[in-house]
Amino acid sequence: VGAPRPQRSPRREGPGLLGPCCGAAPLRTVEPLEYYRRFLKENCRPDGRELGEFRATTVNIGSITTADGSALVKLGNTTVICGVKAELAAPALDSANKGYIVPNVELPSLCSTRFRSGPPGEEAQAASQFIADVIENSQIIAKEDLCIADGKLAWVLYCDIICLDYDGNILDASTFALLAALKNVQLPSVTINEETGLSEVNLKQKNPLVIRKHPVATSFAIFDDTLLIVDPTAEEEDLATGTVTVVTDEDDRLCSVHKPGGSPLTGAKLQDCISRAITRHKEVKKLIDKVIKSIKPK
Amino acid sequence: MEVAEEAAGCSLRPFSCEQGLLSRPDGSATFVQGDTSVLAGLYGPAEVKGSRESPDGATVEVLLRPKVGLPGVAERSREQLLRRTFEAVLLGSLHPRTSITVVLQVLSDAGSLLACCLNAACMGLLDAGLPLSSLFCGVTCALDPHGDIILDPTARQEQEAHAVLTFAIDSAQRKVLATTTRGSCSAEEAGLPAPRPISGRGGVAAATRAGSGL
Repeated sequence: VGAPRPQRSPRREGPGLLGPCCGAAPLRTVEPLEYYRRFLKENCRPDGRELGEFRATTVNIGSITTADGSALVKLGNTTVICGVKAELAAPALDSANKGYIVPNVELPSLCSTRFRSGPPGEEAQAASQFIADVIENSQIIAKEDLCIADGKLAWVLYCDIICLDYDGNILDASTFALLAALKNVQLPSVTINEETGLSEVNLKQKNPLVIRKHPVATSFAIFDDTLLIVDPTAEEEDLATGTVTVVTDEDDRLCSVHKPGGSPLTGAKLQDCISRAITRHKEVKKLIDKVIKSIKPK
Repeated sequence: MEVAEEAAGCSLRPFSCEQGLLSRPDGSATFVQGDTSVLAGLYGPAEVKGSRESPDGATVEVLLRPKVGLPGVAERSREQLLRRTFEAVLLGSLHPRTSITVVLQVLSDAGSLLACCLNAACMGLLDAGLPLSSLFCGVTCALDPHGDIILDPTARQEQEAHAVLTFAIDSAQRKVLATTTRGSCSAEEAGLPAPRPISGRGGVAAATRAGSGL
């Protein structure tokens, strides 16, 4: 049931659909890998990007008024929204001076046909664990800052990251959304009444969170065991033989090098990834600063 | 049980391995590193349920069972890493429309657990007689506060270190198959700048040397 293979490749015209000229089905549907290889040979991709170029990144902060902090990030077509809700709880017995940050990444069936409704699948759970690791490794917020009274009261930040549109590179978008949402969080001040021992929340007086580090994730897809392309779309992720995600912070320190299997890479290639990640960090930081500045204080 | 001798240039805990100890699975192995031990059982190539069937190759499934409690989100994340590592070395196209299941049971955890899982699984894959393009090994490096690299750290060393990096390295070309890190470190400490000779410092270089020893 396969279409006949096109016999000639029109090198003069450059890579493109071979549909009408040979009477065969478009190359992109029948042989997607071959279609991509022709673009990669010319050092570009079907959507016109260079191999090291990111898609257009846009961020919108504070759109959810019922949440304590929120951010919507679009990386090309990939749309991720993060909402942060702060609640009060007693700290754990073994770390009486620390609050909690609980991230959760959801990939609902809304965002793509590959996800079914029901309990979270492997990709959502792996993404949640990745975000939890990024929070832990980068020390984006010191958990001690979330403590109100030692052993009695502390903040719990529930960070819900929901993907609205899945077009690849979910980890980068989620990390960015989390960072932007946490920068937007305003926590009400809480005092403990000495006589009654109850907590009193003052909603009128709000303080922003102290963000210590700004981790930014950069993902790469490995093609044919050798080529590395930045910011893969969903189609490219399906064709790739492996992925690498590097998380850096503003001091150029590595918070995470996440390569869950896939084609083997040399140390040199990993170093290239890290250099690109460091450049990307500067671009993202500039974007976040611009957005934060543009928000009028409430 | 095979007990290994220490190779030059790396100081791992005494490690040992035993294959073929379970009768039901197609392949089984246990790998012991110091006090950490993991038991791997493999079933495959076996029948696969309709929707998960793949005409291009075998479907690999990994189940990681912690020592206590039910598997949680952290186990799922590790299962994904292990599954993709096995898919990279298994010649799955030789067994299309089949499933290969790897079940890993943590018997005791005293540091370097993920590396031990990788090693146990590799030994199990060999015991099951599955076609592989290369062998692989798992190595954990911890960067302690003084800046020294400790290979195969104990649980205590892992806690005190400011970064712990785990690598899966293949045997054919000594390239990095998988990596995961905990904590933060600078790029130099991770040892990734390429032009360094293999005798240089750095996590990747040390892991590769240890990998050759394993």
